[in-house]
Amino acid sequence: MSSTTVDILLLAFGSFGILITLTVLGEILRARQPVHEPNPVLDTYMTRVQSWWGMVAFIGIALLLGKPGVMVLFGFASFAALREILTLTTKAQADHLSLALAFFVVLPLQYVFVGLGWSALYSVFIPVYAFLFLPMVSALRGNPARFLVRVAETQWALMIAVYCVSQVPALLTLEIEGYGDRAVLLVAFLVMVVQFGDLLEYFFGRRIGRTRIAPGLSPKTWEGVFMGIASAMVVGAMLNWITPFGAVGAALMAGVSSFVGMLGNLVVAAIKRDRGVKDWSHLIPGQGGFVDQLDSVIFAAPIFYMLTVYFYT
Amino acid sequence: MKFLRQFAARIVGQSIRIFARAITAVRADWKGIEPVPRQRVYFANHTSNADMPMIWSVLPPAMRRTVRPVAAADYWLKNKLRAFVGPEVFNCVLVDRRPEVKDKPMDKIIAALDEGSSLIIFPEGNRNMTDDPLLPFKAGLYNMGVARPDVDLVPTWVANLTEIMPKGEVIPLPLICTVTFGEPIHVREGESKDDFLKRASDALLAQRPEVRT
Repeated sequence: MSSTTVDILLLAFGSFGILITLTVLGEILRARQPVHEPNPVLDTYMTRVQSWWGMVAFIGIALLLGKPGVMVLFGFASFAALREILTLTTKAQADHLSLALAFFVVLPLQYVFVGLGWSALYSVFIPVYAFLFLPMVSALRGNPARFLVRVAETQWALMIAVYCVSQVPALLTLEIEGYGDRAVLLVAFLVMVVQFGDLLEYFFGRRIGRTRIAPGLSPKTWEGVFMGIASAMVVGAMLNWITPFGAVGAALMAGVSSFVGMLGNLVVAAIKRDRGVKDWSHLIPGQGGFVDQLDSVIFAAPIFYMLTVYFYT
Repeated sequence: MKFLRQFAARIVGQSIRIFARAITAVRADWKGIEPVPRQRVYFANHTSNADMPMIWSVLPPAMRRTVRPVAAADYWLKNKLRAFVGPEVFNCVLVDRRPEVKDKPMDKIIAALDEGSSLIIFPEGNRNMTDDPLLPFKAGLYNMGVARPDVDLVPTWVANLTEIMPKGEVIPLPLICTVTFGEPIHVREGESKDDFLKRASDALLAQRPEVRT
């Protein structure tokens, strides 16, 4: 077994250890709970832990399969996220073809370009070429009603769900000196530090949170966010053995990613509030949709990618 | 042979369900009823040929086995494939709406109810191609409610299908489709046909998810 495989297995078993602890904790609480008294908080907690089991299993398998596995997993995540966002955006029948192109041409092509490692193309394909071309397709159908709103919302959906998500597998194409084929571990690092940061932000926010960041949008507090970022930095430093960053570098990368992720979560919350929905969909039990679960990773990915390229290649 | 056909019908049924789930991630919102086997008439809005398969796909297996969509015979008997899918996969109650036919639609519908089946019906009669959310209801729903007053009439809204597959388009968009089941209604004592149909139509419209754009 290569050292990369061993490291992935170590991370997976570590995550399983944490999940076993969380599951046992939940089962103990449930055993203490009188049978006839419903406890929605505990039920939510348990369905969430179950969804995390699924996520760790899926990501673990994808990482073990290497590049093809990661491509397929994030390609599917992009598809699910794009479907969730485009269900809620403004559209008309005139956009039917451009929306079909977004799903069935732009999305697969972006992942093909990432898979081939054509960084010059995959970094501009959606922001420039899809941006120019899809509105032309819509315009050909000749319906001017709310045209800018329609094309802008479609483009926004593509940027978030396809461009940003694809920056995660794009990490695999980077040539980092002395790091060899271990780039797949960067995916694990990014997802883990951001998700841990979120989890602890939620936990501390509930415990000690006072000052709301954006009261109209989200229950997030500065105290929670501060503790979340600090926790992400600690987790990042502890995971530095899977990165080329060193302990301090790993902590800083984790802190920046976690902070950007939390701000991204606010952006997503603002859109949900405006559209009057609580979750983007129902596809992940207890968590809502893919966008609800991945929002912070989605926003953190391009920054993490850019910092890695700038400082380590 | 009969066994083989039944087996094929099951496979086709499962494939339709999996296809609907994969493309539109279709899901049920049980707002007014529980997903339990109970005799019901699900009356739904009708904008697309995919409405019925969508409702059928979100029903749990036990309910799916006892539900029979009421559908037009001329559509489902047009060719051999449809004649297999309509009556055998979906177990449709096929009705012929031409006035000269002896086999009256309402008799077949009541017979299906009396054998214990639940029904899926589209009370607008035809597909709604207008910009109005609903067309005026036909009398069928009222007649069923009067003839079999114990059966729950459940308003069932199928959302987003017009965007997934607008009329005249070829490629379906994989947007999320939601089927919302509301609280059951019954024909009240002494209620006139028009009053009831208006109330049923309002009850169905109330299940429409709010869209803010």
